[in-house]
Parts: sequence; C-alpha cells; structure tokens
Amino acid sequence: MNIYLDLFLTFARVGVCTFGGGYAMLPILQREVVEKKGWATDEELTDYYAIGQCTPGIIAVNTATFIGQKKAGIPGGLMTTLGVVFPSIVIITVIAAFLQNFADHPYVIHAFNGIRSCVCVLILNAVLKLRKSSVIDTFSSAVFVSVFLISALFGVSPAILVVTCGVLGLALKLMSERKEGQA
Amino acid sequence: MIYLQLFIEFFKTGLFAVGGGLATVPFLVTMAETTGWFTQAELTNMIAISESTPGPLGVNMATYVGFETAGPLGAVIASMGLIAPSIIVILIVAAFLQRFRSSKYVQYVFYGLRPASTGLVAAACWSVISISMLTFLPMGDSLLSIVLNWKLLLLAVILYFCTNHAKLKKLHPVVWIALSAVAGILFQL
Repeated sequence: MNIYLDLFLTFARVGVCTFGGGYAMLPILQREVVEKKGWATDEELTDYYAIGQCTPGIIAVNTATFIGQKKAGIPGGLMTTLGVVFPSIVIITVIAAFLQNFADHPYVIHAFNGIRSCVCVLILNAVLKLRKSSVIDTFSSAVFVSVFLISALFGVSPAILVVTCGVLGLALKLMSERKEGQA
Repeated sequence: MIYLQLFIEFFKTGLFAVGGGLATVPFLVTMAETTGWFTQAELTNMIAISESTPGPLGVNMATYVGFETAGPLGAVIASMGLIAPSIIVILIVAAFLQRFRSSKYVQYVFYGLRPASTGLVAAACWSVISISMLTFLPMGDSLLSIVLNWKLLLLAVILYFCTNHAKLKKLHPVVWIALSAVAGILFQL
C-alpha cells in the first residue's frame, strides 16, 4: 500500500479506537504503531508524549504528527494528523446534525461508564509497559514516583514537570561524566 | 467572514492550550463569552458529547462548535484551525530532533524526560480512575466521604486480568472497549 495512505488509514483507525483524549490513545498506538507497523518504539512514544505535553496543541495531534514526520517527512506528518482527526470530524458532525440528545441517552451513559472502566485498565497496562523502557535505575525511579505524586496530588502543569526533569537528567549525566573524567 | 474568524479563534486555542484536550475548555468558555457563538449550557452539552464519542477531545469540541456556528464546512475549518499550530510546532521540533537525536546532550535530556513522561501518564490514569470510580461526597463541614463505585471497579479488575492473560493479550484494545460498553449496558453500570 502507498505509505501515505497507510499512514492516514492507520491513524484514522487510532482515532476511532480512542475514547477519552490523548492518554487513552497510548494503548492503541502501542498496538497499531509499535507492535503492528513498527513505525516507532516504546521509547520513542514516551519521548513524543513528553514533548507533546510541553508544546502547544492537543497531545493526540502532537504525537500523530511526530510519528508521521519520522516515517515519511512533512507529508507524512500531515497524513497522520489528518487521519487521526478525520473520524472525529465525521462522527461529531453527524451527531451535531441529528442526535443532539445523544449524550443523555441512558444506553450511552451506561456504555460509557463501562468504557471508562476499560480505558483505565488500558492506560494502566500502557504505563506498566512504558515503565520497562523508561524506569531503569534509581534516578529514573525517583523521577517517575515524584512526577506521579506531584501531578496526581497537586495538579502541577505537565510542561513544568517535563522541563524540570529534562534539565535534571542533563545535569546529573554531565556531573557523573565529569566525575569519571577526574577519576 | 465567519470561516476565517472560526479558523483564527481555534488557531489561538490550539496555540495556547498546552496539554490534553481538557486544556481547551477554559478557552472555549472565553470564546462563548466573547463571540456569542454558543452559550455556556450548550458548551456543557458539547463537552458531554465530545467525551462520549471516539477521537481526541479537543478536536471533537472544535468540530462541534464549528458545526453549530457555520455548518459542516465550519466543522472542518474549526478543527483545522485547532490542529494547525500543533502541526507547525511539532514539524519544527521533529526536524530538530532528527538532526540532534544522536547528540549525547539530547540523550541526557531524554534520560530525565522519559520517566517524567511515564509518571504523567500514570497520573492521568489515576485521574481517570478517580473520576470514573470514586465519588467524593461532602460530609459534615469539611469531612469527605469517598464512595467507591464497586461495579466499575469489579469490571476493571476483571478486564485487568483478561488483558494480561497470555492468550487474550493478543486481542485488539478496541475489542475490550466494545465488550465493556456491552457490559455497561447489560449491568446498568
């Protein structure tokens, strides 16, 4: 298949399967992009999420653009992004036009309670998988636990946390490099 | 010109809303006030619909507002406005990253970024759990009582074991999503 069409269709599929925003997209991306297509690794996904959270725009779109650009340059980035938003545009337009009370229907409410429960589990599985590649030593464990607690308890902006940890990582590595140089 | 106006308003939202889709909500509240395109009550309905349909939240909301304001073309233009800043910024960052990926300094920064990113996803996971399974009820003056939605928790525990089962692991996540929706309807969750 033409690579651009493949990028568009794969991300359209990711868009359809994502319920509840950028984080809910992570388990779907792991399946479709990492495992099935091999377009990115788990490490790269973690990197894209980190950057996507401190750059403007919604995370889902940021991550899609990243993967597409990596695979097939600027046109690739455009195709994945259009792919990921395409189902939204179609579905929401139909609902807005015909089904104004869609969200109040009891079946929809019950179904979505079930889906939310499922999304929790899928994101949890995704975190456990990412942890294997990103939490590798004492420093990274400390960062993981502190960021989790600070973000969950105090709601500090993700951008601040990401930038701080990037600087910490750089500083620590440079310091240990210097120590080795002296020894 | 309504289309241009829609594009510009959502371009601004895309440019300044940093973080997930819910970060766009405060911008939409302001947009409702300044443009009069929709009311706060309509906005609440739009958020409910965006949360109960597939796709990124921010895009869903942009599409909805665009459609309500200027029909199908409005829906497309508002969404394009929202994602345009992302595309531009990420393409620049990605090109930069491609060039400096092998630099040891970039590697050092990512050494700190990766666990932070995973921690943030874990925190997001916690917030979804607390929103969907716990209800915080005020009790007395300042005490809170936490009510656990045990049916949803039970479903989550079952799903956790199923999705990690050696044979069932291979199933696509959307299969689990569909099954949970059915379970939700059958058991009135």
